[in-house]
Amino acid sequence: MTALLSVEDLRTSFFTRKGVVSALRGVSFEIGRGEIVGLVGESGSGKSVTAASILGLVRPPGRIVGGRILFDGRDLVTSSEREMRHIRGRQIGLVLQSPRTALNPLLSVGDQMVNIYRAHVRASRQEAWAACLAMLEAVGLSDVERRARSYPNQFSGGSAQRVLIAIALLCNPKLLLADEPTTALDVTIQAQILRLLQDSIARTGSSALLITHDLGAVAHFAQRTMVMYRGEIVEQGPTLSVITDPQHPYTAALVAASLPGTPPGH
Amino acid sequence: MRSSAIPLLEVRDLIKTFPAHGGVVHAVNGVSFGLEAGSTLGLVGESGSGKTTVARCVTRLTNVSSGQIVFDGQDITHLDRGAFRRLRARMQMVFQDPADSLNPRMRVGAIVAEPLMFFTPLSKDERLRKVRALFAQVQLDEDLIDRYPRQLSGGQQQRVAIARAIATDPALVVLDEPTSALDVSVRRGIVDLLRSLQERLGMAYLLISHDLTTVEWMSGSIAVMYLGRVAEIGKARDVLAEASHPYTEGLLASRLTADPRLPPPEALLVGEIPSAFNLPPGCPLHGRCPEAVEECRLTLPVLQPLKLAPTHAVACLRRDTVAVVTESGRPELIGEDQRG
Amino acid sequence: MRREGVFRGRPGAQQLARVRDAFNRDRSLFLGGLLLGLFLFCAIAAPLIAPYDPVTADASSGLLPPGAAHWFGTDQSGMDIYSRVIYGARLDLLVAFAGTTLAFIVGVPLGVLAGFYRGLPSEALMRVTDLIQSFPLLIIAMAFVVLTGQSAVNIILAIAILNAPIFLRLVRSSVLSLRERTYVEAAICAGNTEARLLYRHILPNATSGAIAQASVTAGWAILLTAGLSFLGIGVQVPTPEWGSMVNVGAQLMITGQWWVALFPGLAISFAVLGFNLLGDGLETRLGNAS
Repeated sequence: MTALLSVEDLRTSFFTRKGVVSALRGVSFEIGRGEIVGLVGESGSGKSVTAASILGLVRPPGRIVGGRILFDGRDLVTSSEREMRHIRGRQIGLVLQSPRTALNPLLSVGDQMVNIYRAHVRASRQEAWAACLAMLEAVGLSDVERRARSYPNQFSGGSAQRVLIAIALLCNPKLLLADEPTTALDVTIQAQILRLLQDSIARTGSSALLITHDLGAVAHFAQRTMVMYRGEIVEQGPTLSVITDPQHPYTAALVAASLPGTPPGH
Repeated sequence: MRSSAIPLLEVRDLIKTFPAHGGVVHAVNGVSFGLEAGSTLGLVGESGSGKTTVARCVTRLTNVSSGQIVFDGQDITHLDRGAFRRLRARMQMVFQDPADSLNPRMRVGAIVAEPLMFFTPLSKDERLRKVRALFAQVQLDEDLIDRYPRQLSGGQQQRVAIARAIATDPALVVLDEPTSALDVSVRRGIVDLLRSLQERLGMAYLLISHDLTTVEWMSGSIAVMYLGRVAEIGKARDVLAEASHPYTEGLLASRLTADPRLPPPEALLVGEIPSAFNLPPGCPLHGRCPEAVEECRLTLPVLQPLKLAPTHAVACLRRDTVAVVTESGRPELIGEDQRG
Repeated sequence: MRREGVFRGRPGAQQLARVRDAFNRDRSLFLGGLLLGLFLFCAIAAPLIAPYDPVTADASSGLLPPGAAHWFGTDQSGMDIYSRVIYGARLDLLVAFAGTTLAFIVGVPLGVLAGFYRGLPSEALMRVTDLIQSFPLLIIAMAFVVLTGQSAVNIILAIAILNAPIFLRLVRSSVLSLRERTYVEAAICAGNTEARLLYRHILPNATSGAIAQASVTAGWAILLTAGLSFLGIGVQVPTPEWGSMVNVGAQLMITGQWWVALFPGLAISFAVLGFNLLGDGLETRLGNAS
């Protein structure tokens, strides 16, 4: 079975006044159907640029300068903006780090969701509203009728993130891109949200790319993990072996920093 | 440096409220603890726990609503601004965002020299020499002295902030999330630096963090905070390995450990952290606690030592605790240095 | 991206390349500086470069069109317009510079104080600025100059009074957000007294916007001076000043003597343009630095 997403030698650069920054220097990987893959890297590694490149959201002064992004057989690099608009939200869902900036503060959550739904699916307003309520329940929110009529600032961090996930899954995308979905959340909520993502993806059979700087987020939730450093993927493989038996020195350093072992004196 | 009888820092029944629409927010709601000279107390909690507010009250970046703060035997709660300023030679702070904690228009050498200028009689040349020595102590290259903060990496910026904090040889350094804003690979270096500085210079740390790994690595004692109160306090070993309070258990269970061989994180606590606005009576955790009973909704638990471990205290009605009262009429304060 | 070594042989080429680099990087700054530099040169070197005395009347040469002897022509009194435009730079630039500087040194410190301290004094100050700013600028300027007398000094004062509130507000809003920055708290922890905190940590970070604004204010000041003179309440004749020259020349436009008003008018336009470009450039430059 062919992979759902196949990135081949992707190169993205930013052309600034002070010089050219090669954010991605030949990134290649695949995501199969129904797979959750983790992409781990620190700031400047290029992990967010990867997501932006896949979605065609790299804006000047940056642009994709080489490579292919094959999604379900179609090359996203050469697709027109019109084609990309059909793909974004419908075939590829996006969950971002900060619900505060991703949600429109002036519209109720329900209205935003209905707008997005009807942008991609032919449905009456009632049908759309019902679908959105069902999705809000599926992500674990209670009292969904009232919640849907509430505004984003009335949601706590964890609940707002659930809303983002609901929006991302609304049109049943084949691929979910989650860029630091739990970084801004409290510790006790992070586990809840990651488990929710895991369950939702399993239920819909979609694939996911989980982008994060935290190895802990991928250790239990991603089947395969890729490690990025300075625009390149330095290691990829099954999560267990990447973490317990790293081959690349950077991966080893990252693992060592994330698993401090026993503190001195114990 | 061995512990002395009187703690270096004592916080007693600290309360800090903020006015809000139609009511009051109890950011800190009756917090007491002690910190021995030369030791480290980690204040752990999530958003809304009040840990940062406690740190800001101790360093007088925020005024106290009620309660007492005693530093080196002196009640500093209502000390006037000028006197408190002179105190800062002995009480310093390192902030969460290193880039934002350095004046972008000052060279880093000048930033580090500032406390020396205020609190020591050193001449300009002597200050420069001391700055060089400080840079060496925090493992920064001397060449960086004339740079501006934006020319340094995050890790380097935090080292500058640490150099500034230790410049006057303080007895206490408050560390507010010192590694949270840094890349994972850089954190370990900073933590190791802080530990070695403490060994060499003997200052006490009040470490504020939501990251259990950092706290585990640095603290002799740990206080776990939730919604403005201390839920559990004791030696780091005890709190982490034999957590007693349901909140601590929930916190530890939901840790995203980076080892896939360990059991996956669990969400023992349902729901979200409620707002600290107009708190209902009873235990702050009762809405989320898997062990809550009717009494928990009505009675506020007091921090008391466990029957079987007197240096380990918990504020929970479902645990076996003993009420220990001292001559002052107040429960015995826990948090002594047991750095192993 | 270093360019040294690329040029071989031609000696002036490297200097030219550096100038071209500077130009590309800060176009506005460069052009603005160039224009103002030109006027500044005129102001300073006026006695050396003006072919005629600007205030000597010569009735026999009245209203001559631009030609070999008088590059910009003459006005009714026979005074050479070219010389008067050059000398006019002195007054206009001086008034603009002095007025702006005065507004700056009054408005900026007050802005820092108003932003840092809250409470009654700060609120009172803001109400005073509200009052000043609620009147149409030209009306107040006119009223002020008429009341205090027509002189350069009074025009300078009018400029200062009208613009100090602008600097005050600008700096105040900067300071309001700066107060919350971590490095200010860190400076407090490092042992800064309030006075030093304001002077060393807050003031330097709050003035970049004000410096850019100063350029714009200076350009506006020239317009005000010219405007007042145009209305007849600015400087007295026969002092060479661009605005009064335009005033005199405006009436002559109808009868076909276009040069009397055009050249001083162009001088005003280019001077204001120069200040605005400089302000733009400074804003970009200083904004990037912080």
